[in-house]
Amino acid sequence: MKSEGSELLSQVRVVSAEVARENRDWVRDLSSTGDRRELACRRLYDVLLRAARAEVRRRSARLRLAGPEVDDIAHQAAADALLAISGKVETFRGDCKFTTWAYKFVIFDVAAKVNRHFWQRAGVAFDDEDWERLPARIGIEPEAQAESRDLLSAVRRAVDEKLTAKQRMVFVALALNGMPTDVLADQLGATQNAIYKMMFDARRKLRNALVDAGYLPEQQIA
Amino acid sequence: MTGWPEGLERFLATDPHDVGCDDARAVLHLYAEQAASGADAAERFPGVASHLAACESCAEDADGLLAAVIAMEDQEEEHGS
Repeated sequence: MKSEGSELLSQVRVVSAEVARENRDWVRDLSSTGDRRELACRRLYDVLLRAARAEVRRRSARLRLAGPEVDDIAHQAAADALLAISGKVETFRGDCKFTTWAYKFVIFDVAAKVNRHFWQRAGVAFDDEDWERLPARIGIEPEAQAESRDLLSAVRRAVDEKLTAKQRMVFVALALNGMPTDVLADQLGATQNAIYKMMFDARRKLRNALVDAGYLPEQQIA
Repeated sequence: MTGWPEGLERFLATDPHDVGCDDARAVLHLYAEQAASGADAAERFPGVASHLAACESCAEDADGLLAAVIAMEDQEEEHGS
């Protein structure tokens, strides 16, 4: 994997004069004290809550979440995001709308809360090993699933023989059990990036093993 | 949905330009704003685009962020008109 974070952030992006003025107002008001700050916090909370509600609704349709807990998650996420933004407002670089930057906090917070909530309810242990789930997890059509039992066996063999114990655990949790990366990271006390990197390396190793065994072509599909 | 081995090939494909979760998340607000404006965000942030194609969690976050930015723009347009 290639790291280009600081390079990406150093690219200068100019916003319109109107957006720049709005941005300055947000930063000034949230950095001030008294009524001005109170009012800005209330305004921002409303903006965040609207986004949080829409995001919880968007995610809950797929995860079958419903009822008052959906709105509870939205309120908690908006409050947590407001707190985080208040503490980091001086780090806002002004290279996009302030609200876009603020949305990032609330969207990440909703994701973490919804994923954790859903996973607690799903009742699947991250180390369960049902290999029959793999074809559906990677999008293989049901009618094609039966035709390549030997390919599935080859994947399983490569997982057992080529991956380290940690890579194997991450592969089982993410690929077989569909556990979200951030939830697994929480459980293992690791960062999401570290888990992703482990899975990235596992995928590369497995592909190489399947190419060597003649199951996949040398060239990757673009 | 697709068949073997295409599905497996797609699942195991790795792109050396993939920047990983941390770097992608650091600029996701810029990526989403660029995408919402109709510009080609993938052209400006190829490593991020590559990451989003492979990381379900970050792609889901990017979709949510893009939806929030578009909803805000729609709302501003409504109030402005």
